[in-house]
Amino acid sequence: MRLLLPLVALALLSGCSSSTTWGWYVINPWTPSGWVNIKFLIGGMGATILISVIAAVLSIVLGLLVALPGLSSRWYVRLINRVYVEFVRAIPLLPMLFWVFYGLPIIFRSMGLDIPIDPFWGAIITLAISDSAFTAEIYRAGIQSIARGQTEAAQTIGLNYLQTMRYVILPQAIRRILPPLANQFIYIVKMSAFASVIGMQELTRRANELVVTEYRPLEIYTLLILEYLVLVLVISAGVRWLERRMGSDERG
Amino acid sequence: MTDIAIEMVSVNKWFSDFHVLKDIDLTVKSGERVVICGPSGSGKSTVVRCINRLETHQKGSIRIYGSEVTERPEDLRGDVGMVFQQFNLFPHLSVLENLTLGPMKSRGLSRSEAEDRARRYLERVKIPEQADKRPGQLSGGQQQRVAIARSLCMEPKVMLFDEPTSALDPEMISEVLDVMVELAEEGMTMIVVTHEMGFARKVADKMVFMDAGEIVETGAPAEFFGNPKSRRCQTFLSQILSH
Ligand SMILES: Nc1ncnc2c1ncn2[C@@H]1O[C@H](COP(=O)(O)OP(=O)(O)OP(=O)(O)O)[C@@H](O)[C@H]1O
Ligand SMILES: [Mg+2]
Repeated sequence: MRLLLPLVALALLSGCSSSTTWGWYVINPWTPSGWVNIKFLIGGMGATILISVIAAVLSIVLGLLVALPGLSSRWYVRLINRVYVEFVRAIPLLPMLFWVFYGLPIIFRSMGLDIPIDPFWGAIITLAISDSAFTAEIYRAGIQSIARGQTEAAQTIGLNYLQTMRYVILPQAIRRILPPLANQFIYIVKMSAFASVIGMQELTRRANELVVTEYRPLEIYTLLILEYLVLVLVISAGVRWLERRMGSDERG
Repeated sequence: MTDIAIEMVSVNKWFSDFHVLKDIDLTVKSGERVVICGPSGSGKSTVVRCINRLETHQKGSIRIYGSEVTERPEDLRGDVGMVFQQFNLFPHLSVLENLTLGPMKSRGLSRSEAEDRARRYLERVKIPEQADKRPGQLSGGQQQRVAIARSLCMEPKVMLFDEPTSALDPEMISEVLDVMVELAEEGMTMIVVTHEMGFARKVADKMVFMDAGEIVETGAPAEFFGNPKSRRCQTFLSQILSH
């Protein structure tokens, strides 16, 4: 088996020259046309990152707003949280994307509002909403892990709800929340590929467009996968660094 | 102004269908020290927690200096200090920050005013040198004294203590009790849930014995310890005084 793998790899690579199976020339950086193609493909990186970062920021804010009612002692307030989380988690991303991009503008127009939704914001809104159900659960678990006595102590020194959250609970919960939140960012990056179907010029869309003109799906999609791989590995390294820092803080 | 600090009249509380407080009547005068004792699960903590609204009662009235606790609970919180068995210090803040948080955020003091006040109270609980440490770096006894100072920084009218020494190693109990005795001598109105009967004899103006959600017996310490009237109280006292 060990021996077989390199052999298979060799067989595939040898195809490069024959160009019957592999045709690396489309993305060969040493030829002018290959270089142009590579620049075109990697040019989607900015959009992928921008969409993901904005969606993540929105999801972090939205998630907190959704998590807070989930911590109430009143069941009907908690219900708001449960309904939102269960509902949003149940919707597949692609239908939600279509609904936001094609459906939401109609609702806006019927309300007399002229708010166009371009692919950029359509993708961001969808990703943020979809992800917020998960971030809300991360917040809830993190906040609940802080002992009840902390809230009570804060109340006895006269802090109100927001002050208790701001000065007592969140600073402690954040070390438990941040690593899983950062992990969740990987989910957003991967899901941002769906933005390609509504015409957003990000990594996947560009790969698709190049495949249509070059007829070289194998090479182009291989590069596409490598692009995501690099992106995700960089984020993972960041998450691990964060986890280490949070962990060492706790001891100190 | 009335000199009644706390007045509980027929207070009843249920945890779903469990009747945890039954017709509690308790009056604490300004400057009075009341010690509550009783077996585990008798409702001592619940009484104290109802007074500062950490728990809500369903029937009866609780007044603090004349105002009903149900009306403006957030105003009352700083006026009623609370010391917990588990200290409940904020682990992410320094000792000094633990003490200044309440005065700054809820009393509106400036940082320097709050720090002056904090250092004054740390002096009083005899640990001024620990101001910049984290609670986790202190011993249990020191942590509990910080917790007392944190409450005092709010300059409360009443202090509630819920078994403040029960989580401490035996050799640290007295350092906390000493601070509480001094506080009592200065005239602080206090309700203390404790099994430290030596402390109770020394400072209590009134003893309260609870069992199964009821106040079974109240009395001045001499009478309470010398000649307990009810059977349940006799049994309880003989048990805890025997060790
Ligand atoms: N949040 C709660 N929900 C349901 N039951 C509770 C709750 N808190 C307390 N109880 C019950 O109410 C009763 C009284 O509790 P409480 O804590 O007031 O007793 P206690 O006298 O302080 O006991 P201990 O000496 O063990 O601290 C106990 O039986 C306890 O199990
Ligand atoms: Mg108790």
